[in-house]
Amino acid sequence: METATINNNFKSEEYFINMGPQHPATHGVLRLLLTIDGEIIKKVEPDLGYIHRSIEKMCENDSYQQIVHLTDRMDYLSSHINNEAVCLAVENALELEVPDRVKVIRTILDELTRISSHCLWWGVMGMDVGALTSYFYGFRDREMINDIFEETCGARLTMNYNIPGGLMHDIHPNFVRRVKEFITHFKTKIPEYDRLLTGNIIFQKRTKGVGILNKVDAISFGATGPVGRASGYSCDVRKYHPYSALDRVHFNEALHTDGDSYARYLVRIQEMWESISIIEQLIDYIPDGDHKVATNAVIKLPKGEYYQKVETARGELGVYIVSTGTKNPYRVKFRSPGLSNLSLLNHITVGGKIGDLVATMATIDIVVPDIDR
Amino acid sequence: MTNQELQDLITGWFTDPAAVKLEFTEEGSQFLNLSIHPDYLHELMYYLKLNRNTSFDYLFCLTGIDWGKELEVVYHLESTDYRHIMVVRSKIEDRENPEIESVQDIWATANFHEREAFDLFGIRFKNHPNLKRLFLSEDFEGYPLRKDFVDEKNMVVK
Amino acid sequence: MDIILSIHDWFLGLLPAQITGFTKMALIALTYLTLFAVLGLYLVLLERRVAAWFQLRIGPNRVGFQGLLQTMADALKLLSKELTGTVKADKFLYNLAPYFVIVTSLMALGIFPFTQNLQAYDINIGLFFLIAISSIGVIGVLLGGWSSNNKYALIGAMRSGVQTISYELSIGLSLLTMVLITGSLQLSEIIEVQKNGWLILQGHIPAVIAFMIYMIAGTAETNRAPFDMVEAESELGAGFHTEYSGMKFAYFFLAEFINMFIIAAIAATVFFGGWLSPFGITESIPWLGVFWFLLKTFILVFLMMWFRWTFPRLRVDQLLTLEWKYLLPINLANIVIMALIVWLGLTLQL
Repeated sequence: METATINNNFKSEEYFINMGPQHPATHGVLRLLLTIDGEIIKKVEPDLGYIHRSIEKMCENDSYQQIVHLTDRMDYLSSHINNEAVCLAVENALELEVPDRVKVIRTILDELTRISSHCLWWGVMGMDVGALTSYFYGFRDREMINDIFEETCGARLTMNYNIPGGLMHDIHPNFVRRVKEFITHFKTKIPEYDRLLTGNIIFQKRTKGVGILNKVDAISFGATGPVGRASGYSCDVRKYHPYSALDRVHFNEALHTDGDSYARYLVRIQEMWESISIIEQLIDYIPDGDHKVATNAVIKLPKGEYYQKVETARGELGVYIVSTGTKNPYRVKFRSPGLSNLSLLNHITVGGKIGDLVATMATIDIVVPDIDR
Repeated sequence: MTNQELQDLITGWFTDPAAVKLEFTEEGSQFLNLSIHPDYLHELMYYLKLNRNTSFDYLFCLTGIDWGKELEVVYHLESTDYRHIMVVRSKIEDRENPEIESVQDIWATANFHEREAFDLFGIRFKNHPNLKRLFLSEDFEGYPLRKDFVDEKNMVVK
Repeated sequence: MDIILSIHDWFLGLLPAQITGFTKMALIALTYLTLFAVLGLYLVLLERRVAAWFQLRIGPNRVGFQGLLQTMADALKLLSKELTGTVKADKFLYNLAPYFVIVTSLMALGIFPFTQNLQAYDINIGLFFLIAISSIGVIGVLLGGWSSNNKYALIGAMRSGVQTISYELSIGLSLLTMVLITGSLQLSEIIEVQKNGWLILQGHIPAVIAFMIYMIAGTAETNRAPFDMVEAESELGAGFHTEYSGMKFAYFFLAEFINMFIIAAIAATVFFGGWLSPFGITESIPWLGVFWFLLKTFILVFLMMWFRWTFPRLRVDQLLTLEWKYLLPINLANIVIMALIVWLGLTLQL
């Protein structure tokens, strides 16, 4: 027998586990290759691409109106915000000033989208740490928002309500009443969320001090959204590069400094309150006017490059359009918040237990189609 | 810092800006654009992050672009202290074997974004610790986001 | 019970005395098997309805009146399903494991006194037998996880081993605390003692502490949330029974629910007077004891379901911390306090 094989007999092997692509905790078709030592995680390697549709390549053959549709399918929980990012980029390129009414409605819908996304996240967060009931509570409230969306634009998930130049249709006459009803309802429900999970001792034990990310690393890894803000990194695009009607509302950026899973949880809960506050400031003051400005049927952007940042529920989404002056973009790049947030998974979970990985992943709140695009 | 101040500061770092193909432009973009020869990119990036006045500590977008003859890598940088934004771009002329220095040691986020660019454009990032395909399988042939990529079965060209 | 006695007489008339004993045993076993398999199924239904109630849903209500036949239909489905398994599984152990689990939990049921004289076997080391038999069940889980040749199943099985070994201690010690009052391990005698007041009243403070520890450890023993580390679906998929399908899976599933019933039944017997009615209100009607016994048990079962649908899951190291650093020391101190109380005659007697 050769020496190498003899030595191998005494070597402890690395224990690999495939977490995903079909696994309850990976929230879609994400595959994590875990190297573990008993329960302790040695290495996490994400394997992506199970739902890669090459949206960026498809965009190169589509007109600007068509690109908006594709963005629904990236981060499907923030589809309205994704749509808006492309529309804003195109409008900026055309130097098109949309009516005030459009801006206000867009912002209200943005915040509703954010609440709905956070509701789903909250439900799934509970489920990931083993409290299945929270899932149904989150979905109950999300359902009300989906109903509002359905009445407004006919779709519940992939809205496609924004078009370059404004909105596809005007809002439904019931819109204001129903949003107000939802706000009244939801204000009594967040305390319920707190009672079920936030204050629970087991939940706190599971999340406090788990998956700690410090501020320097957060910036270096490009962590944005609640993940970055939980580490004390002030990165709210709505504050720094306000778009639509965000320049006329007051809200606080949810910031925590602990950087652990619990801080990320608290940031999202606080963001729901802030979103409510933004909607309340705007809902009574939707200006009259047109719901869109006319654009050419074929939109041709002037030669150049256009970049638009927006804050989705998961972080900073960037749309980078390179135009050569034709009806199709030359190159479109979507800077997805999920990819950057996922890239730090290995950094913050190594050394923890399998249970910690699941809790951390839940608070990073990944949406796989957003990462894969 | 305003764009002009940035431009002056960065130009001052080089004894011979023309030798490294350092060019600034604001044409056709809302940000200040800086282009540099790929060989000097890593060094420049290092200074851009560490210099107290520029302090570009946040790389928020890394894009590959296929310009036909050459490939370009575009880095969008922002400073979280000053909130100024700058775009650094670098054109690689060798299409067959495009190589550029990796910046993942400067910004950790570049790790995944460079893998994405490698995956879809075939740009090799030197000194990258784990340069593997990110989305596509290892045996995939070609680089789909290049303009000359053909796949008659799956691509619909309008 | 008159009916049982008349059956007994009828048998004696029919067969020689030596064979009667054996036939009786077989008949009783058959009755228990049928009854408790059905009970297990209805516990599943109860769990689903309770869960639905907690989760703002309706739950199964289509098959039969109010969904009463739902789990029957599910059981039929599981019976008719193909049994699949991994190629590299250790076939013998893989097939053996479910029986370990289901047989031990059914065995434990044999010694419960459902009412006066309605007890299959009144063994004099009743409590000890219960604790012992419930530890054997974990072997089935370990075997199942090990032999499936699946990494998730293996982790689940190892967790199960760790968990059960730890929480056995608490179960044993908290029951031992109560045995200090009763002075007997025989279940019928334990109930006899409680005619002067349920043990949770007799033993007052230490008994309440023992009960709380027992319920926590009991929940952990049955691998239910918040201690469902073994299955931990968001971490391990399905844990140790990942590779099981059809009826073999159903055995694990059924055993889980019967175990829950057992844990609740032990608590009802040891802490809440078993089949004794509160304040002896129905003492003159002995068969109502079954009702009281089941009522108490199901209230405790409901409590365990309440836990499951409210609490998040602990992490595996926190689970061990809870047991070894908190429950065990408290338990030991509690036994000493109980011993002192019994010694000084400070128990409450009605």
